[in-house]
Order: sequence, then C-alpha cells, then structure tokens
Amino acid sequence: MELITILLSGILIGSAVYLMLSRSVIRIIIGTALLSHGVHLMLLTMGKLKRGNVPVLDEAVENYTDPLPQALILTAIVIAFALTAFILVLALRAYGELGTDDVEEMKGVPHDD
Amino acid sequence: MTTNILPLLPIIIPFFTGIVMLFTGRRPLAHRVMAAVGSLLALIATIWLTIHVYQSGTIVTYLGSWVAPFGISVVIDMAAALLLLTTAIITMFTVIYSFQSIGIEREKYYYYVMVMFMITGVNGAFSTGDIFNMFVFFEVFLLASYVLITLGGTKIQLQEGFKYILVNLISSNFFVLGLAYLYSVTGSLNMADIYNKLSAFEGNYSIMTLVAVLFIFVFATKAGVFPLYFWLPGSYYAPPMPILVLFGALLTKVGVYAIARTYSLFFIDNVDFTNQILLLIALATVVMGSIGALSYTDMKRIIIYNILIAVGVILVGVAMMDQTGLVGAFYYLIHDMLIKAALFMLVGYLIYRTGETGIQKLGGLIKLHPWTGWMFFIAAMGLTGVPPLSGFYGKLFIVQSTFENDHYISGIIVLLSSLAVLYSVIKIFIGVFWGSDMDFSKLRPIKSDKILFASFAMVILSVVFGLAADALYPLFDMAAQSFYDPASYSNYLTEVE
Amino acid sequence: MKQTLKKTGHDKADRQMNDVFLQFTAKLVFLIVIMFSFNLFFAGHYTPGGGFVGGLLAAAALILLLIAYDKKTLQRMVPIDFRLIITSGLTFAVGLPTLSFLFGTPFFTHQHTHIEIPVFGDVALHSAVLFDLGVFLTVAATALLIIVLVGEAEN
Repeated sequence: MELITILLSGILIGSAVYLMLSRSVIRIIIGTALLSHGVHLMLLTMGKLKRGNVPVLDEAVENYTDPLPQALILTAIVIAFALTAFILVLALRAYGELGTDDVEEMKGVPHDD
Repeated sequence: MTTNILPLLPIIIPFFTGIVMLFTGRRPLAHRVMAAVGSLLALIATIWLTIHVYQSGTIVTYLGSWVAPFGISVVIDMAAALLLLTTAIITMFTVIYSFQSIGIEREKYYYYVMVMFMITGVNGAFSTGDIFNMFVFFEVFLLASYVLITLGGTKIQLQEGFKYILVNLISSNFFVLGLAYLYSVTGSLNMADIYNKLSAFEGNYSIMTLVAVLFIFVFATKAGVFPLYFWLPGSYYAPPMPILVLFGALLTKVGVYAIARTYSLFFIDNVDFTNQILLLIALATVVMGSIGALSYTDMKRIIIYNILIAVGVILVGVAMMDQTGLVGAFYYLIHDMLIKAALFMLVGYLIYRTGETGIQKLGGLIKLHPWTGWMFFIAAMGLTGVPPLSGFYGKLFIVQSTFENDHYISGIIVLLSSLAVLYSVIKIFIGVFWGSDMDFSKLRPIKSDKILFASFAMVILSVVFGLAADALYPLFDMAAQSFYDPASYSNYLTEVE
Repeated sequence: MKQTLKKTGHDKADRQMNDVFLQFTAKLVFLIVIMFSFNLFFAGHYTPGGGFVGGLLAAAALILLLIAYDKKTLQRMVPIDFRLIITSGLTFAVGLPTLSFLFGTPFFTHQHTHIEIPVFGDVALHSAVLFDLGVFLTVAATALLIIVLVGEAEN
C-alpha cells in the first residue's frame, strides 16, 4: 500500500514538474497545485498507512493510528489553498496589466508608460 | 504568569495591531498611529524578554498546556531573543520611515496591516520550538510578503512578484517534503526532542544526510544562498524602498537562522559532509555577491548584492560550528540586520530625493546634504567592518575561527570580500556625494524629516552597537551557546520530566 | 449565467434565458448545503468536520446563489462586508486563545464541560468551538471574497 501511494506521489510530482516547465502561467499554477498534492500524499505515507482506533480519547486503546500526519496535512492543505487562491488572483492581475500569460515575455524590466 | 504570556508577546502584539487596523478600515492616518504604537509595544516587550532571558535563561511555554514533545512549544533562548529585539527595532523605524515614503495609495491598501502580519510570522519563526510550526510561521510571513511585493500593482511588481511567489511556493513544498522525511525518521517534530533522540541513537542514520540536503535546498532558497539566489536581485528590485528595507533586513535572515538551527540540532552525524557543503555554498555566495556588487552602477542593485555577501559571511561562521565562529556569526547577523536597514533607508532617501537609481547621473550632493552624506559614509564604513564600528567584531571572530580550523582560504575569501564591499559602497558615496555637480533643479521637493530621522537613528544605533560590542559579549556568547552546544538548548525537555 | 451569456454575444439573453429551474433549485439546495455546513461545523472536535470544511461549504452554498442569480442579488441577500467577516473571524481565532491568560493557563488552553439540557440531553460545551467559529468565518469569507474579486475582474 505504501509503495502504491509513493508511486502515485511520484507521478503527481513528475506531472507537476512537467507543467511547471511550460511557459503558460495557468499551467504553472496547476503544476504548483499538483506539486503540493504530491507532497501531501508523501507526508500521509510517511506516517504509515494503517487502520486503527482514535488515540487519546480512551485509555484502553491498543491499536491506534498516528493522528499527527493528518493534522499536519490539514494545515499544509489550508496553506496551499490560500497560496493557490492568491497566485490565481495575482496571475489575473498580471495578465490584465502586462497583457501576456507567457513567462518568456515576462523577462527584463518593463516600463511604466 | 510571565512564562505563560511573555514568550508569545512578540507574536501576539503585531497580530492584534494588524487586526485592530483592519477593523478601522481604510484610514491611513489612524493606521500610522496604530502601527507606530504597536511596534513600540513590541519593542518594549522584546526588551523585557531579552532581560528576562539574560537573567533566568531560556524561557519556554507550551501551547494548550500540552507538554512537549507532544504539544507545540515556544522556546526563547538568547539567540531568539536578540533576533526578536533587532526585528522590533527595525520594524519601528521602518514604520516611521514609511510615513513619508510609501505613498498614501499603498497605505490605503492596508500596507501597515501587511507589515504587522509579516512581523508576526518572522517573530513566530524565530521563537517557535517546533519545526512544523516554523513552517507555518514561514508561510505566514511569506504570504504577507507576497502581498507586500505586489502591493500597488505596478508592472514590474506584478512581473517580479509572480516569480518570487513561484520560487517560494516550490521551496515551501520541499519544506513539507523534508518534514515528512524527518518525521518518518525521528517520529517527532519538536526540535529539542529530535536532537535528544538523534544524539542518543547508536545506529546508522545516514538518511539524515538526505534530509539535510532537502533542508539546505529550502532554506538556501529563502536566504538567497548560491546557487539558489538567482531570484533575489530581480525580485528585491521591484518593491518600493520601505518594503525592501524589511525584506533585505529580515526575510533572508530568517532563512539563515533556520539553517543555523537545523544544522546544530538535526545534522550532527555526518558533519564532515554537511558542514563542508554549507561552507562551500557560503563561499560561493560571497564570491557571486562580490561580483554582482562590483559590476553594477545602480545604487539599489549594489546594496541588494551586498545582502548576498553578508549572508555568505554569516554562513561561513555557522559552518565552522565552534564557539568563536558562532559568536562571530551572531555578531555579524545582528550587525547586518541593523546596517542593512540603515543603508537601504539612506539609499531610499537618495532615490526619493533625486528620482534616479543610477549613480552616473548624480553628483555633488554633499553641498546640499552634508549630514546625509557623512551618515552614509559612516554606514558604509560600518558595513565594511572598519574598527570600532559594528561589522568589525563579527568578521574578526569569523576569520579567527576559520584560521583556527585550518580553513585558511575561507578566511582569506571573507577578508577579500570586505574589499569588494568597501569598493562597492564607496563607489556610491563618491559618485553621489562628490564629483561634478548634477543639475540640482531636478531634485524633488519631498518632505523628509521622518525619513531622515529613521535613517540616522538606524546608523547611530549600529554605531552604538559597535561601540558597546565588548559589553554585549556575554549575551552573544549565550546566544551562540545554544548552537555550538545544542544540549544546552534541548535540556528544557529534561527539566520538564 | 445571464451575464456569461451576454458576454459571449447573446444580447437577448434576458428574454431567451429562462432559468427559473436553476434559481428555484438553487434556493432549495442552498438551504440543504448551508445546513450541512453548520452540521459539519458543530460535528467538529470529536468527530470529522470542523471550521475549515464547514466554512468552505458555506462559501460553496453562497457561490451557488452567485451563479444562479448575480452579484447584486447576492449582496441584497447577504448584506455584509466580507472584509469585516474575515477580521472578526481572525479576532475570534486568536483573541480567544489569548483570553486563556486570564485563567493563568498557557496560550490555547481550552475549557470544557458537559451540561444537561432538557430536550437535547447531555451536551458537551467546549471553548474550542469559538476558535472554530473564527476559522469558519475567516475561511468562508476569504473564499467568497476571492471568487467575487475574480468575477469582478472578468467584467
């Protein structure tokens, strides 16, 4: 099971790299979203995938799962959500202002006229 | 009561100041007053905190009463306290500097709010004792810095801001990946607990070297270290000066602090490899920064490349990982935060006054602005490290440590970089203040009393810091101790049990 | 819907477009979704759910209205400034943990108790709910604000 999720995470990160190497801003943003998914999946896998009971609540729980990776992923997802939302709004503003969604044309110092 | 509330004050005060400002809506004048009051309160709190830490040692609080290593702990040792104090000083003067320089439009769009949120994140990253919590605070200040770098929405800001966000977004994802590996290896996220576990572990844990490479990738990107500094000169060129003061003085230093912290606590096994890598990239940063600083004639760019040189020099001290090197690194870290803020402020004043950034078009300003000119000269000397100004002690200790450890070439490179720094800033001084007179009628009539007050105050503070360096030695030794002797940092855990 | 059609060149969208089904269903579904979001919010802490999911769902419900009607109608239905909601959410989320200083406990220490209410029986009261309320408000308002901002930029 771990092997499958690790492979899946690798596929996600690989696609993310492919998307981020393209020149279109929107593809790059989708790439960053995929990258964060891959990383979160990796974080989940690192906490060991198993079924078990909720820890802490009962004293007598024997076979419990580690709740920490899930809490960490939730935090990381919230952060990734905020960042993706922000960068989308920014890309829209930049498109309106610079008139291009091609990063190749976003080089050099633009002149404000 | 004090242990409960005191370590959190530097985080809570800027945050609440920001929230109160949000409630008042778009009222720039009210925002100014609140930002000044809030940063003053934060300064008082950090002074109190530093005195408290000096008298009674590391101060710890556990969020939600969950004992460490299970809960999140906020740990303030001397290193964190000094950094918090310097951050508070720089914030206060930058806020005063912004009154006349940032422009009313940006003030209306919650500029001060974002500054306060960024300071919340920076202070949180300095004071937390939990590595995941450090990631969260990194994101807090990065998110605020994304807003700040694009605030105002000029073309260059949008263009460079997009790249800045992209680079930081990718390195943040790698931070999470590194945390995942670290957690699967050690089963803990509390930094002191990880150190205790690793130092007690007998077997082979060479996997930590992989984690070290991931972490150095992440923090080197944030701190602007070779070869990952490529985004820094372009992105830092875009925002207006007050924002650049905050970025240049604080943000890269958080990355440096994180490198020092993780290197002293996590990567203690394969020291030959990890510290060698750190030393090499630090030296490369110094060299590349020097080349950049020498080759440009644009004031802003010269100072931006000087950030790289300083980061490299500090990291050379950190890579030595002994007492002398770390005391030097800490002297240089605090010195560099103060002097970079001062230099950026003075260069900002020149840019606002003349409307030019290239030094060829300027000249002879010493006739109109003798005070500014000589203050700039003092700041330039301080940056270079002329005794008895503040840069001297840091470099002295760092070079001494490199010679003690037989890294003669590193020491010589650090010394030679001083020449590059001297040449680059004196180039600004001679070009702008001496030489043939420029057309004085082109100067802009700007209100500048608060700009100059803040800049001069920063220069004077750095001079005072240099003169008082000897008296402050015990504090810096305490600060360096939690790095060269990590057990002194992590023993707050054993005290609990 | 109408606006989108108009933009793409269908000038007679007003006359041709009869989205009574969409609007009526949206009203119904809105109620269901918003109730479910409250349910998730209160379910938090001990069972799956919580402020973040609840907030996102509440935002989704309001966005449904935004799609079926338009921005003006939405503002008439929900006449609140989103920025104010974000601010109050942040105040709840950080102000409440700070209050724990008054009890002499560290930051984020929560108080909880159980009380008996006649109809509902045993009810757990937890101060973390107030923190979660802050998260709920912040997330819902931020998501809405961003979508409304992007929508404005389109016009």
